[in-house]
Amino acid sequence: MNQTLLSLRGISKHYGGRAVLKALDLDILDGEFLTLLGPSGCGKTTLLRLLAGFERPDSGTLTLSGQDITRIPPERRPLNTVFQQYALFPHLTVAGNVAYGLRMEKRPEAEIRQRVTEALAMVQLAEFAQRKPHQLSGGQQQRVAIARAVIKRPKLLLLDEPLSALDYKLRRQMQIELKRLQRELGITFVFVTHDQEEALSMSDRVVVLRDGEVQQLGTPREVYERPTNLFTARFVGETNLFPATVKAIDGDRIALDVRGLSRDLRKPAFQVSVGEQVNVLLRPEDIRVLAADADYGFPGTVIERNYKGSTLDSLIRLEDGNEVLASEFFDEDDPAFDYNLGEQVRVSWVDGWEWMLPTANGDAAGPHNA
Amino acid sequence: MHERQPFRSAVLLLVWSWLLLLVLLPNLLVIAASFATRDPQDFLSLPLTLESYQRLINPLYLSVFTHSLYMAAMTTLLCLLIGYPFAWALSRVDKRWQTLLMILLIVPFWTNSLVRTYAIKLLLASNGLINNLLQSLGVIDAPITMLYTEGAVIAGLVYLLLPFMILPLYTVFEDLRDDLLQASHDLGAGRMATFVRVVIPLTLPGVIAGVLLVLLPAMGMFYVADVLGGAKNLLVGNVIKNQFLDARDWPFGAAASVLLTLAMALLILAHGLSRRRIGQEAVE
Repeated sequence: MNQTLLSLRGISKHYGGRAVLKALDLDILDGEFLTLLGPSGCGKTTLLRLLAGFERPDSGTLTLSGQDITRIPPERRPLNTVFQQYALFPHLTVAGNVAYGLRMEKRPEAEIRQRVTEALAMVQLAEFAQRKPHQLSGGQQQRVAIARAVIKRPKLLLLDEPLSALDYKLRRQMQIELKRLQRELGITFVFVTHDQEEALSMSDRVVVLRDGEVQQLGTPREVYERPTNLFTARFVGETNLFPATVKAIDGDRIALDVRGLSRDLRKPAFQVSVGEQVNVLLRPEDIRVLAADADYGFPGTVIERNYKGSTLDSLIRLEDGNEVLASEFFDEDDPAFDYNLGEQVRVSWVDGWEWMLPTANGDAAGPHNA
Repeated sequence: MHERQPFRSAVLLLVWSWLLLLVLLPNLLVIAASFATRDPQDFLSLPLTLESYQRLINPLYLSVFTHSLYMAAMTTLLCLLIGYPFAWALSRVDKRWQTLLMILLIVPFWTNSLVRTYAIKLLLASNGLINNLLQSLGVIDAPITMLYTEGAVIAGLVYLLLPFMILPLYTVFEDLRDDLLQASHDLGAGRMATFVRVVIPLTLPGVIAGVLLVLLPAMGMFYVADVLGGAKNLLVGNVIKNQFLDARDWPFGAAASVLLTLAMALLILAHGLSRRRIGQEAVE
């Protein structure tokens, strides 16, 4: 898991003068589930197509297990793709589709038959072998596409938003199934998605991309809890942002003035000096909503409440006009736990649950959830 | 939706009566005529007989049929060889170029095909444009005989029928998704293997539709053979025309027509089967 399988160095790609990927460096580790996450147009699909070999980079190199594959055509790369629209061959049966890769390797027919049977059993489609793709449901087509892509036992499986066409429930089911397959097969997965929840729940590591540049690379937990910049903080999950001024620094603690309230917090890893502005970031689930008569926290008014089943999400407008999103789990012992619209409350958070970012990185400190 | 029903019925009635009156009825008449006896005054008379069909097996007519079929097949093959890459390219070029190329393909239809056939004659004649040009360039000393040959007929047919091959092929190439070709490459197939295993099967309905639209007219376009082929290079269409207009043997002309219709029906059947194979029926 620690060894680098595929290494990208200085990969650039332009389309009609527009830079889609900007000198990108990335190491994909053997056996990991890596997710490329970003909004549309961030270059994640282009990156995947470069890995598959459908596109050539303008500059940079791709090295797979020590071998330079930058100029190698897709048919000679030991990796396979699950396409967004599945791309099943409509004129072939399910078995014919799955067998395609092995036929190209000119394997003996008996071996092909056995491996196709195994692959279809693995995705629970054994009885559909003789159907045509158009006779299958979306979820079943998806499984055929996966079986077809893994039958050659590739070193790397590329998945281009493979779940985006499925409905929510099927999607959850396929997420679990993909994880199971990845564990069982031991194949490295590179998964493209714009769905941050999907990225967090499935990946070993997440690459957050924006405008062809890596914003952050880390475990789902690192990306969510310790975003390196405001873009990642806002793109991955909801974020409340409080601009603050550094009042004093004392060892590993700093005193902050957060919108008129004083907080004594742990000193962040980056350099700070007295008088400087920093951003204090808080996830909605880290926000505490207090009664109006509490003696600390920002006073505000509940302007929206959303019942989410397991949580209650409320939007609170502070007195200075900024809005804070809070997400609280229901308290089984408090049947009256709810708010009325217009109710006066105070918001705060538990010391140490905040995350700080410097303001100097060019991001405007606008109001909260982007 | 209910207030639309009368309109819907009216349209359906119109379409069905059109098909019955102008397609089914004439075809039935032709089939009936093919079993009639020749009559010098009324063209057709009783008794019903199979004589016309027996005469079709006559070696003289058989050789006309086989020669006609050969020329039509060559025409179809050439149209396919030219049209297939053309349609593929057409479906892959920039949208603006696509419109321009489509217009270039369609514009000749605005001129009557008989007029265009005479234009080809002017090109191919002994003192025509091509011979004059080659002679003035010193490439040849004496004119090459191009007119009144089998090649001239085939060239004329290819020129007139090529768009009918390209249009259905263009449609199937438009539907050919890039990700299918990429999937094929991804699974280890090179260009040739992808062409044979993915491109050909998926464009086969277009090929058959194109063959259908070229092969049968190519056997029937008698004026092309008249203008460019001279007396030796006859098409089935010439035989039919001669029977109706010159020999006044309607039953025999009708029998030859029925033969062509049957050939067409077989090709349409093959077309339908090939479409079902790739599952287009279910999508539509």
